[in-house]
Amino acid sequence: MRIHGIEEILSEHPVFKAFDKETLGLLAGCARNEHFRAGDRIFTEGDPADKVYLIREGDAAVEIATSERAPIIVETLHAGDVLGWSWMVPPYRHMSDARAMTEIRAVSLGADCMRTKCDDNPVLGYRMFQHLLPHMAVRVRALRMQLLDLYGTRKG
Amino acid sequence: MLPRRYRVHSTWAELAGVASMELTPVDGAAVVFQPGQFNMLYAFGVGEIAISISGDPAEPDRLIHTTRSVGAVSAALTDLRQGDMLGVRGPFGSAWPVAAETGRHIVFVAGGLGLAPLRPAIYHVLEHRERYAGVTLVYGARSPDELLYAEEIKAWKSRFDTEVEVTVDHAGSAWTGRVGVVTTCLDRALAGLDPATVSAFLCGPEIMMRFSVMGLADAGVPPDRVWISMERNMKCAIGFCGHCQFGPEFVCRDGPVFRHDHVAQLLSMKEI
Repeated sequence: MRIHGIEEILSEHPVFKAFDKETLGLLAGCARNEHFRAGDRIFTEGDPADKVYLIREGDAAVEIATSERAPIIVETLHAGDVLGWSWMVPPYRHMSDARAMTEIRAVSLGADCMRTKCDDNPVLGYRMFQHLLPHMAVRVRALRMQLLDLYGTRKG
Repeated sequence: MLPRRYRVHSTWAELAGVASMELTPVDGAAVVFQPGQFNMLYAFGVGEIAISISGDPAEPDRLIHTTRSVGAVSAALTDLRQGDMLGVRGPFGSAWPVAAETGRHIVFVAGGLGLAPLRPAIYHVLEHRERYAGVTLVYGARSPDELLYAEEIKAWKSRFDTEVEVTVDHAGSAWTGRVGVVTTCLDRALAGLDPATVSAFLCGPEIMMRFSVMGLADAGVPPDRVWISMERNMKCAIGFCGHCQFGPEFVCRDGPVFRHDHVAQLLSMKEI
């Protein structure tokens, strides 16, 4: 069986595909492998956003819970997706819950470590935002479409 | 053009406020239809509306329509029961070019009740599966309990020769499928395909189709291989009255199925 180093795993993820070896080496210092079983809670609303997860395999549900009703899944994320962006934005707290729907293999990047490296190396910071922003933009656009409640009135 | 009398052979609920009915002609033979065409259904004493044919074109004897109750006529149609009579004019309009697109990978993109006008084309392609390079269905609905033809989708999903991706806008914790919009799901479905071989048929809310077409273009699907089904207020169904006019086109006569690049300019205009 072939063992993948964390740099190699990062280089295979869509967000980091375009990064050179040196940059991946820098990021690898903040990275660790993660494993969640189906049903595991990944993070909870209000938790410090101390990690960002790059999903390699499996499915995660992003949920919002209210006291009046059962949690609602507002988004699911899958292999190649990025789970959690609150680490980039103060006050660095998760604004939703995340749960593993299936077994998940992921790489997490430590938020403090990443922010420090980005502050120390603005070129790296700029590239990080360049590659992460499109993922966030896709999700914001998707949420806008969800808000439109498109399917309510179409006649058959 | 006068309506023909049809009798309701059977009805069944699909979703809350959505029902399907199978019709048989009172006089004469059943009329052959093409996938994507529609009929004008006349609830006697109430009115007439355009409803897509959602059954199998290979079984014209089983004329099936799926209707959501949203107004007086559609409510009267969904209230019909076995043995009731109604008037039918049609079939009208253009069709999905399923025969012309043989040899290609057919990608169906449906949103909400937009699956109903696509279903005849899906039936046709699956019945002649060996003629197509591949088949993918991407379907989005508001929530898991608003997935149209859910049992049939399961059956299509279980086929080894068909890819089916279903997504909903939101769901409870018990849902194990995808949550998100059709366009995100479509991007994933296209990721493993050679875009030059794809022919796409889309039906759903216009904004969903607009963004899906952008996704198809970004993926490299040729613009002349994308068709959409339009919905407008159709009255005469033969291009005389102008109710369904869409720029220089009449949706009832020139559509409802249009090649996207023929109407792309119109779709980007506001409030026409």
